Amino acid sequence: MTGTISERVIEVFKKTQYLPDGKVTPESTFAELNIDSLDGLQIVFALEEEFGISIPDDAAKKFTTVQQAIDGVALLLDDAKQVKETASPELA
Amino acid sequence: MRRVAVTGIGVVSALGINAEQFWKSLALGRTGIRPIKSLDVTRFKIPNGAEAAFFDPLAHLDAKSAGMLDRSTQLASAAAEEAIATSGLRVEGDRTAVVTGCSLGGKISEDEAYRRLYSEGRERFEPMTIPRVMANASASWISMRHRITGPCYTVSTACASAAHAIGQAFWMVRNGLVEAAITGGTEAPFTPGLLRGWEAMRVVSATTCRPFSKDRDGLILGEGAAMFVLELFESAQARGAKIYAEICGFGMTSDAGHLTMPSALGAAAAMRSALADGCFDPSDIGYINAHGTGTDANDRTEAEAIRSVFRRTPPVSSTKSMHGHALGASPALEAAATIFALHNGMLPPTANYTTPDPECNLDVIANEPRDIKALGAISNSFAFGGLNAVLAFRKAG
Repeated sequence: MTGTISERVIEVFKKTQYLPDGKVTPESTFAELNIDSLDGLQIVFALEEEFGISIPDDAAKKFTTVQQAIDGVALLLDDAKQVKETASPELA
Repeated sequence: MRRVAVTGIGVVSALGINAEQFWKSLALGRTGIRPIKSLDVTRFKIPNGAEAAFFDPLAHLDAKSAGMLDRSTQLASAAAEEAIATSGLRVEGDRTAVVTGCSLGGKISEDEAYRRLYSEGRERFEPMTIPRVMANASASWISMRHRITGPCYTVSTACASAAHAIGQAFWMVRNGLVEAAITGGTEAPFTPGLLRGWEAMRVVSATTCRPFSKDRDGLILGEGAAMFVLELFESAQARGAKIYAEICGFGMTSDAGHLTMPSALGAAAAMRSALADGCFDPSDIGYINAHGTGTDANDRTEAEAIRSVFRRTPPVSSTKSMHGHALGASPALEAAATIFALHNGMLPPTANYTTPDPECNLDVIANEPRDIKALGAISNSFAFGGLNAVLAFRKAG
């Protein structure tokens, strides 16, 4: 999947929840999208697969809006990048 | 004693996507056994099966629901939907039970998850893996979909699963625990892992299923689901429902012998028990839908058991020759065949039959149906583990 983090997260919501175009925006809440805890697990799984990240259990439970998911993914990607950067000089 | 009517039937199988197609094929002696398509079987010794190839889950379920369910539950959902719709019953949730039979659970989902784990080294499972794989998934799904809040569970007794399920559902209605029940069985066994397992048992035919025929050389695996609506006979009559048959007897025994070798004594005892439960004399029975797997041991032993119970053996057929051996769902498919035989006054044949076997000395209905109006019938189911379950039905009216 290509695009910005935000676009890719929205695509994951659409795909896993079988939602039509335009239904999911960063402002959408899980309640508005009818997302229950089981749906949430599927979204977390799909986000992990899409971005190659590992989302901790406690963070996964805190998401209640699409924007939070976008921010959470961005944060995890950032962390991963920093780890990589600090690690690379030693590797080199 | 309270009487129990069968007022709804739903069937998805290799013989079609509804009960009407199922019966039409049976009545014509047309088999659904074909080369297996859902798997690449080039490296297997099992080339043929009875797949529910025409089944499209999205014709019954929205994409999100379908994605949450294993194929075994998708099949069950469609069959239950049809059974409830044809019955015209307004389901009273708290006075209704759901009892399903399933031997394997969601094996297609499980096999695929393990393939990714062991073969691809993947470290993440689909979150729906566990609820998709559980054996009671279909019972729970039916209960949720139709808001049925009474007793709800799944029986798993290998190839007798659905017979035990239907028998218990019948007893619950008869005994007044509930007023109605949705019951039957489902199975979707076409996975590489299970095919290897069946290969190792050396009981699957490389060609087709020829029950009671001298040249029989094994069973053919099948998939499908059949569900029924059982309700109090008087209530069904009072609301003017179409009554397909009366379910009136259930018997079960255990061989307590060999894990896979059947026993004529255990099978005969289960038949006698079902007849007694249904207040039947053996001479009342005009049709037997046999377990008839097409293996050497089963058919020989079953013939011996039938002869020991019935002085004059009634006409016998094994419809597994057409819908395959759908394991835990088989008893439900065969109960449907038996009920339709009584209802339509026609006995379905044993397809693929070529040569009489003196060791299966029965009146086998070979290849062509018989225009016989039976008044009573039984359906036999025998499972690995030595479990025997027999259902008895009476023509309605």
